[in-house]
Amino acid sequence: MATKVLKRQPLNWLDNTYLPTLFTGLWITSRHFFFNFAIQTLHLFGLMKHIRGSVTYQYPEEQRPLSKRLRTRHRLTQREDGSPRCVACMMCETICPARCINIVATEHPDPNIEKMPKSFDLDLGKCVYCGFCVEVCPEDAIRMDTQILDTAAYSRQQMQLDMTELLHPRSTHLYKTHKQGQPAER
Amino acid sequence: MIETFVIKAVLAGAFFGMVLNLAGLLTWVERKQSAVMQDRVGANRAWIVLPKWLAPLNLLLRPLNVLGLFHSLADAAKMFLKEDFMPEGADKKLHTLAPAISVVFALLAFCAIPFGDTLKLGDKLINLQVADLNAGVLFIFAMLSLGVYGVILAGFSSNNNYAYLGGMRAASQMLSYEITMGLAIMGVVLSYGTLSLQEITRAQGGYFFGWIPAYGIFVQPLAFFLFMTAALAETKRVPFDLPEGESEIVGYFVEYSGMKFGMFFLTDLVETVLVACLMTTFFLGGWQVPYLQADGFHFPWGASVPLAHGWVITLGVLSFMTKVAVFNWLFMAIRWTLPRFRYDQLMHLGWKILFPASLANTAITSLVVVAWGGK
Ligand code: SF4
Ligand code: SF4
Repeated sequence: MATKVLKRQPLNWLDNTYLPTLFTGLWITSRHFFFNFAIQTLHLFGLMKHIRGSVTYQYPEEQRPLSKRLRTRHRLTQREDGSPRCVACMMCETICPARCINIVATEHPDPNIEKMPKSFDLDLGKCVYCGFCVEVCPEDAIRMDTQILDTAAYSRQQMQLDMTELLHPRSTHLYKTHKQGQPAER
Repeated sequence: MIETFVIKAVLAGAFFGMVLNLAGLLTWVERKQSAVMQDRVGANRAWIVLPKWLAPLNLLLRPLNVLGLFHSLADAAKMFLKEDFMPEGADKKLHTLAPAISVVFALLAFCAIPFGDTLKLGDKLINLQVADLNAGVLFIFAMLSLGVYGVILAGFSSNNNYAYLGGMRAASQMLSYEITMGLAIMGVVLSYGTLSLQEITRAQGGYFFGWIPAYGIFVQPLAFFLFMTAALAETKRVPFDLPEGESEIVGYFVEYSGMKFGMFFLTDLVETVLVACLMTTFFLGGWQVPYLQADGFHFPWGASVPLAHGWVITLGVLSFMTKVAVFNWLFMAIRWTLPRFRYDQLMHLGWKILFPASLANTAITSLVVVAWGGK
């Protein structure tokens, strides 16, 4: 096997004093410092908002932009009159590998539509976010595009979404927006 | 008698108040500066929000909240509330004494630093310096050397091998670099022919070619770098933090918690301020403001702005504080830029580069001073 001998550059006298690298390093960090400092100061006065002064997202107040394709919390889509599109075909309940969907079907008043869900419960505590339910739905009735990531709760009970919550994400008291819990506005 | 005492007490109170506050503020500066440097925002979640009926006060607090200034306060609260742990088999007296020794000697060194010119109040002359020592340089070096005791004792009394190792490292590092520090400052002392810091500062009031201020950095450029390196090593902060060695031995304060650890932490920051003050005094003309004489500004191009005595002194003190702040910024930048030395590199730098260079600097300065007739 052929070996390649890497030539190591020996440090010369100047390098050995550490000075050139020291100043290069200081130059780089200071450049970042002064640039970011200026931008962040301007931000405090509401200027130059289009240039980012840092890579930080101040999380609860400011959410990181997410890809549209990202699988986030589920929602049920609605018809024009606001009723769920779901026809309670049980496809999602059947395919769900975590068995976290529980649908009770009932008859739909409109004879053209066979069924509708009486209740649609989804246990986020069990869900593995595989997205099978979305793929399998024939009616495009369930989607995972709410961009809600903060599915944290104090108990398993609170992780269970019912039909109201699924139709109108963040509407029931369990999943109120964080802003109301905040002590003061920013 | 009583009057002198009161004046000194006021001076000491003002200066130490400033120093301690600056040291406390440095914890904030450290967080924020490192963050901004690394494209982050930095700690800003320690908020103080008063109840609704005190809303106007909230408005005042808000900028401080947003800037994250209360993190220093939160730190202090944490330090005081934490359990003060003493390891089994530790030397109780020395273990308690060590942080105190550390911080007290670091603070004592500030006595000899002049932070302003002589202030005339009525017919009284007040030297803006806590202790007007005519051998101030020696006093400061004595205090810095004594500070090492705190660190060594901490390592020694903790009954922990890692602490011991940290203490030993600190001792060897600080002894090595103190020699360079002393020799580097010898160049300055030779150039100005005095050991009193107030006199050294005053001697830097002249100009080269009529417009470059005759600051120490232009008289002794090599000594500036040597002193800065050695002094940074004295503060035991990152490029030279082998006594601490966070990643491998945690260092001499591994067995400390609560406010005792806080005191070591404070010592590092106080020493940073101290080194900034020393650098300012020796190399950046202390309280000198460029082109400001006792009666106002005299610019090299002929213009002059007369100023009252009070303003001249105030500007001097402000100039001193600004320079100290700039040095603190520089030290923080260095601390967050450079990686740590390996132990052999540290000794190599200390004994084979800095020490000969400072010797050469002293020798050449002596020759020049003698050749020019000296003072
Ligand atoms: S994402 Fe997967 S696990 Fe979650 S409900 Fe849909 S099918 Fe079930
Ligand atoms: S697959 Fe679609 S239509 Fe069928 S029950 Fe699930 S959500 Fe409703």
